[in-house]
Amino acid sequence: MNPADPILAIQDLHKSFAGKAKAPVAALRGVSFAVQPREVVGLVGPDGAGKTTLMRLAAGLLVPDQGSATVLGLDSVRDTLLIQGRVSYMPQKFGLYQDLTCQENLDLYADLQSVELAARPARYTRLLEMTGLAPFSDRLAGHLSGGMKQKLGLACALVKSPELLLLDEPTVGVDPVSRRELWRIVGEMVASEGLGVLAATAYLDEAEKCQRVVVLHEGLKLAEGEPAMFREQVRGHSFAVVPTSGTRPRSIQARLVGQPGVVDATIRGGRVRVVTEGASPQVMEGTFPAGMAAEIRPVEPTFEDAFMKLQADTQDATAARTAPSPAASHSPLPASDSVVHTRGLVKRFGSFTAVSDIGFDVHQGEIFGLLGPNGAGKSTTFRMLCGLSKATAGEVRVAGRDLRRTGSYARQRLGYMAQQFSLYGQLSVTENLRFFGRAYGLSGKRLRTRIEWALAEFELAAHRDDSAGLLPGGYKQRLAMAASLLHEPDILFLDEPTSGVDPLARRDFWRRINAFAESGVTVVVTTHFMEEAEYCDRMLIMSQGRELATGTPQEIRDLARTAVHPDPTIEDAFIALAEGTAKPSAPEAKP
Amino acid sequence: MSKAMRLRGFLRKEILQIRRDPSSIILALVMPVVLLFLFGYGVSLDAKQVPVALVLEDHGPEARELAARFVLSRYFEPVGAMSMAEATAWLDQRRVDGIVQVQTDFAARLQRGEAVPVQVVVNGTDANRAALIQAYVGGILTQWSAQRLARGLPASLPAVSVEQRIWFNDANDSTAFLVPGLVALVMTLIGVLLTALVIAREWERGTMEAILSTPLSVGEIMVGKLLPYFLLGMMGLALSVGLGRLVFHVPFRGSYLVLLLLSTLFLLASLGFGLFISAGTRVQFVAAQISIIAGFLPAFFLSGLLFDLESTPRAIQIVSHIVPARYFVSASHTVFLAGDVWPVLGWDALALGIMSLVLIRLARSRLGKRLEG
Repeated sequence: MNPADPILAIQDLHKSFAGKAKAPVAALRGVSFAVQPREVVGLVGPDGAGKTTLMRLAAGLLVPDQGSATVLGLDSVRDTLLIQGRVSYMPQKFGLYQDLTCQENLDLYADLQSVELAARPARYTRLLEMTGLAPFSDRLAGHLSGGMKQKLGLACALVKSPELLLLDEPTVGVDPVSRRELWRIVGEMVASEGLGVLAATAYLDEAEKCQRVVVLHEGLKLAEGEPAMFREQVRGHSFAVVPTSGTRPRSIQARLVGQPGVVDATIRGGRVRVVTEGASPQVMEGTFPAGMAAEIRPVEPTFEDAFMKLQADTQDATAARTAPSPAASHSPLPASDSVVHTRGLVKRFGSFTAVSDIGFDVHQGEIFGLLGPNGAGKSTTFRMLCGLSKATAGEVRVAGRDLRRTGSYARQRLGYMAQQFSLYGQLSVTENLRFFGRAYGLSGKRLRTRIEWALAEFELAAHRDDSAGLLPGGYKQRLAMAASLLHEPDILFLDEPTSGVDPLARRDFWRRINAFAESGVTVVVTTHFMEEAEYCDRMLIMSQGRELATGTPQEIRDLARTAVHPDPTIEDAFIALAEGTAKPSAPEAKP
Repeated sequence: MSKAMRLRGFLRKEILQIRRDPSSIILALVMPVVLLFLFGYGVSLDAKQVPVALVLEDHGPEARELAARFVLSRYFEPVGAMSMAEATAWLDQRRVDGIVQVQTDFAARLQRGEAVPVQVVVNGTDANRAALIQAYVGGILTQWSAQRLARGLPASLPAVSVEQRIWFNDANDSTAFLVPGLVALVMTLIGVLLTALVIAREWERGTMEAILSTPLSVGEIMVGKLLPYFLLGMMGLALSVGLGRLVFHVPFRGSYLVLLLLSTLFLLASLGFGLFISAGTRVQFVAAQISIIAGFLPAFFLSGLLFDLESTPRAIQIVSHIVPARYFVSASHTVFLAGDVWPVLGWDALALGIMSLVLIRLARSRLGKRLEG
């Protein structure tokens, strides 16, 4: 192999999978690109774009229907074993043995990759140091936190010095601190050992850290280039709408989403970030009352802006999205200061304290976020709120009542969407809706109207007779949300509604949540995506069962505002709080 | 060199996992003991010390002599009843399993050389047991008449009677029959169920994808999976045989070496089957169901372990030929109860050898280095 040759050359790759009794599904339809030594290439695209299939083809785990993957000058089909000895692949489930310790996992992969015994001690020391796992080398992998598992998975992939590293969504579900560390480790290895990296990712901000980005969409390559090139393509299309004081950015954002000529509208740093079809802010005129915005100013484009524009250009005419028509009427809740009220909430499992002294209030029509990495205690807090689990100590009142005492009254008023897909996979979409509607006491004409509303509102009508278990990821999530909204609840509890959902589907989701909140529904939502916190009116940031900070997005950002970081994001604030460089806020004044 | 290192690493991982996973230890070492005790003590196919009601309406010496034979027999535990009505009530209450009624004119008829009026009533709920009780009663009557004839006394039965003897299992002890068969069951559990589960678990947890992306070859994966579970299966075998010999005093007339050879062949066939199942289904739940339906149940019902295959319908006999456990049960029975009878063992060994080769080849072809299929 010539030193100038690419280490990975993908040539017109096609791959389809036989669907059950249906036509084969084309995962890749003619993709070509290359990865050079010392290069980090990002592979981005929504779910079903073909990212994982491409990774598996490059690792020799699949055989292409047409075209070829040439790794280090070797053909991925003919010389599979030779390639596998020189390449490391970290699958999405990272392949750790939960019942082996960190050290045993490293030993296993060192043996499988034939790392010389003499070279091992130095390598282990270096990897354990880089990943910060040295103190945990005797701990079972199954007992590590999500971020630590991911780092161990990466260490196992790096136990030999690979010439090409294939990473399939290495940072899914990992807290921001660990995400940064993972990318730092990859960067160090590239610098010191000159390997090439192909990393699939669903986080668009990570694409900016790559030298080159390949955008996949439904098995086709949409674009390829340096992140700067992508940014230049949308220069002049990105704007920030600064709300006047007293205006919630959400109110502006909700009005902009789905407007013709508006490609994307998100909330970032307390401002509404807008990407427009043409290079002019004109399309925004008249979409929201002039008094809401203090200023509209052009901003530096990001890769995310370009990605959204690419997606919009691809989807032939984004289906005009109608603003949702939320629950028609809302009987007012009993007069109370807050809809959800907790004080001194504690949950212990044996000697382990999962939640320690959490207290907050949520008011009507508010979107309240519980934020934190996996394992922070969000779901445990959530279950106590919903009355699914008993608090060890503390006070919980929802709609003025204790859910564990007066269950049925309060439960009628709340909708709950569990983190795991909790619908019946074998039942069709309509059957699931009918079941959940009946479970909440709907029947007859009311049930039929509500089901029709749900099918229309969540764009499920085309799938009404499909089994819920066979729906694509984003649709499952929509169906779960529809089921929790059938009985027109006043309070909506959403546990990680956007986990495992691609960026496009996540936007769609928040658009709906916003619309419900605007109509007076109170929403309590957990998420580990820090940027989603911007959609919340107020939030509580948790880590290891404790409250790090509570407040509005603005207040949280202010905590991390320094001379070096004049404009921090919520994620920056989280990292500062977790690392202790920002002081946790004094708990909000409690009435 | 690197091949040996890979294999060593894989084997070490496998052994660590077995040691840390209580479920595989339970399945491999606790289940055999439970099964053995359950079958050794709980399940008995014999009728012994059967409670029977004895209704003596004739109190002459002849009748009492006959009654004494029931009292002395270890198959019966007779209880004297005052009347047939009382005995019937006992039977209804399940206090006795049968009634032996010696009618009033017993002595008189006997003197005249007529058929003796002894009525036997047996609870027929359990047909097998009923047949056994009936046969035992018949046996006692026959013996009694034979002795009377020998002494030149009048008896109702012909002088010549058929003597029954059950070969190989002189004591007619079902434990001696069940334990050798159980060995097949234990090895099926380990070879098929445990193996299928551990590989399906690797698929479920995503570790298989990571393993397949390393330079480990399919042959090395096969050996790495087969060897630890082969050893575990052999431990199960040793445990069953040891317990059978020591606790249940099961006879062992063949040689341990021959048993080892046949067990090896059978275990290889089971492991091959287990690998084959898990190479196709990548979900533990499905793998467990298939192993039980296609592995465990046939080994239980179609192997001759519980029922003699000769007495089953023709169709079942034909089907049983594709069940590896059938050959192993036959071989195991032979080695334990008869000895190294090569005309029987040779065919069993041949069948098991072919089956293990075929199953391991099938598993090999299905367990590729690719993810498709």
